[in-house]
Amino acid sequence: MTAIEHGVELERAGASITTRWQGARFMARRYPLGAAGAVILLIFVLTAMLATAISPFDPTLTDSHASLAPLSKAHWLGADFMGRDVFSRIVGGSRISLAVGLGSTLLGCLVGVPIGLLSGYFGGWLDLLVQRVIDMMQSLPLLVTALVMAAALGPSLRNTIIAIAIPLVPSISRIVRSNTLALKEMPFVEAARAIGLSETWIAVRHVLPNTLAPLIVLVTAQFGSAILVEASLSFLGLGVPEPYPSWGRMLSESAAEYMRAAPWLVIFPGMAISLAVFGANLLGDALRDMLDPRLRS
Amino acid sequence: MQMQADQAGFADQTASAPLPERAVLEVDGLKTYFFTRSGAVKAVDDVSFALKRGETLAIVGESGCGKSVTALSLMRLVPDPPGRIVSGSIRLGDTDILALDDEGLRALRGRDISMIFQEPMTSLNPVMTIGRQLGEVLQLHETLTRSQLRAKVVELLSLVRIPDAVRRAKQYPHQLSGGMRQRVMIAIALACNPKVLIADEPTTALDVTVQAQILELIVDLQKKLGTAVILITHDLGLVAQTAQRVIVMYAGRKVEEAGIAALFAEPQHQYTRGLLASLPRLGLMRGQAADAGRLQEIPGIVPALHHLPPGCVFAPRCPRADQRCRSEMPAYEEKRPGHWAACWHPGAPNGRGDD
Repeated sequence: MTAIEHGVELERAGASITTRWQGARFMARRYPLGAAGAVILLIFVLTAMLATAISPFDPTLTDSHASLAPLSKAHWLGADFMGRDVFSRIVGGSRISLAVGLGSTLLGCLVGVPIGLLSGYFGGWLDLLVQRVIDMMQSLPLLVTALVMAAALGPSLRNTIIAIAIPLVPSISRIVRSNTLALKEMPFVEAARAIGLSETWIAVRHVLPNTLAPLIVLVTAQFGSAILVEASLSFLGLGVPEPYPSWGRMLSESAAEYMRAAPWLVIFPGMAISLAVFGANLLGDALRDMLDPRLRS
Repeated sequence: MQMQADQAGFADQTASAPLPERAVLEVDGLKTYFFTRSGAVKAVDDVSFALKRGETLAIVGESGCGKSVTALSLMRLVPDPPGRIVSGSIRLGDTDILALDDEGLRALRGRDISMIFQEPMTSLNPVMTIGRQLGEVLQLHETLTRSQLRAKVVELLSLVRIPDAVRRAKQYPHQLSGGMRQRVMIAIALACNPKVLIADEPTTALDVTVQAQILELIVDLQKKLGTAVILITHDLGLVAQTAQRVIVMYAGRKVEEAGIAALFAEPQHQYTRGLLASLPRLGLMRGQAADAGRLQEIPGIVPALHHLPPGCVFAPRCPRADQRCRSEMPAYEEKRPGHWAACWHPGAPNGRGDD
């Protein structure tokens, strides 16, 4: 009996000795689309980090000679009506998009996760109250709530992040709550009680980490929609104000008047938005499959 | 070990025990009810017993007879609402468990009374290493430095015979087999050297070949540490191997209690007889036994606990039930020295000639 056990163990040990890099390669082969999404997001993040080094021009620098300049060696992706370099503005805009995407999802988690955990684990009248408020918030689309919030708070980078974070709270707290509801009935929670752990400790140290997998999936998808909502708000003039280059405002500035004369003004910012959102969604989908406990080996 | 069990059984029967040792755990008149829309469900109804140091007491019965609720009551883990311990007392040494506040209970659980659950596959947190989960109970009840803690974790894993404990401590539950996980659960339960260990069907979810190993481990550790064990099971084979005393429960009540030898040799209650008759035997399977052929079953099912019959709760299913059984509840009395039962017709059924 021990001989058999040892055999099984050796086999397992052999199979489990893999480096992180090998693990990543295995995952990339298994989920090629997810890997593509991860690469897109990685490029996006690197661009934002190295924006000043990459961009050939100051994104706010105007040049009357270059007004509506087409694609050229100097202006790779052309220039807008004020002669600002489109490539530099897209690179600079990646910072805004990243800041808004990360900032609003993090802020949303910071508020939504405790609410969901509290509401799901301790339940009672608190749960009832919180869930009805969240029902009301969820009945409005993300963009509409963000729009109202942005209009109320006024345009600034910080306010845009807050305006987008608020409508993210319901879905985040919902997913944490629903997972908590299932998890708190699990035998390991009762086992934790049986060794004398307190309810708060169990909720934070045992239940919460188990809700992270679905939360990560949701947050990745929300990151994409946060970028999209920022673009929409900026398009409508309620997002990040001048002089910050924002992809959404680049569209709105050019869409009406120059779409025919200088289509690059619309195409390239549009591509940037689509690519970032697409990358986030691809990664989110792959993560959902990867972290699905039924598929976990 | 079997010899010792038999001796303990005899000691029980010779009314005067040589050492009047005080019980570790005394349960008296425990009643745990669940208050539901269809009325109060008497999951545990007037159950009393005492447990001595190093002793193994088995509680057996069908699903829904209240054995698990009894176990949860001992640790005050019955979900409230809807469950509530209505009356009775549970004393662990000098501590009145029913009088403890939340803080007192948390200090007691895992330190003085521990529990092993039925489901080793889901009783460990999937996202925490087993070393950390084992460390948690130690950190909670003992003051240890980081290196002491690490050493104790490895020591405990070795104690439950997990090979390569240092490496195992860093692994996650899904990297361990069911038997290994149950060993970890046992290590967690025994980490603080509790006075009482409650094992709620510890081997039910395991492979048959592993069952024996786990039981052996529990019995060995019990001897080493002097822990009193309450073994909750529906497997009479298990009881015969490990326990010194047995309580048979039916519909939330204690129907019989005896030393292990006496219970198997001369079951008093008709329900116990039914349970024993429903065990498969080799002779029976080969068609050599006198009553060869079909395996005996107890007809019917456990009655709904919120709608119990007025007389003996087992009467509707009992082959010997008569008018008195259906109208009057039999007293729980000592039928033979050290052998208690609640039955109007104790002993062998009619027609067998061995009554």
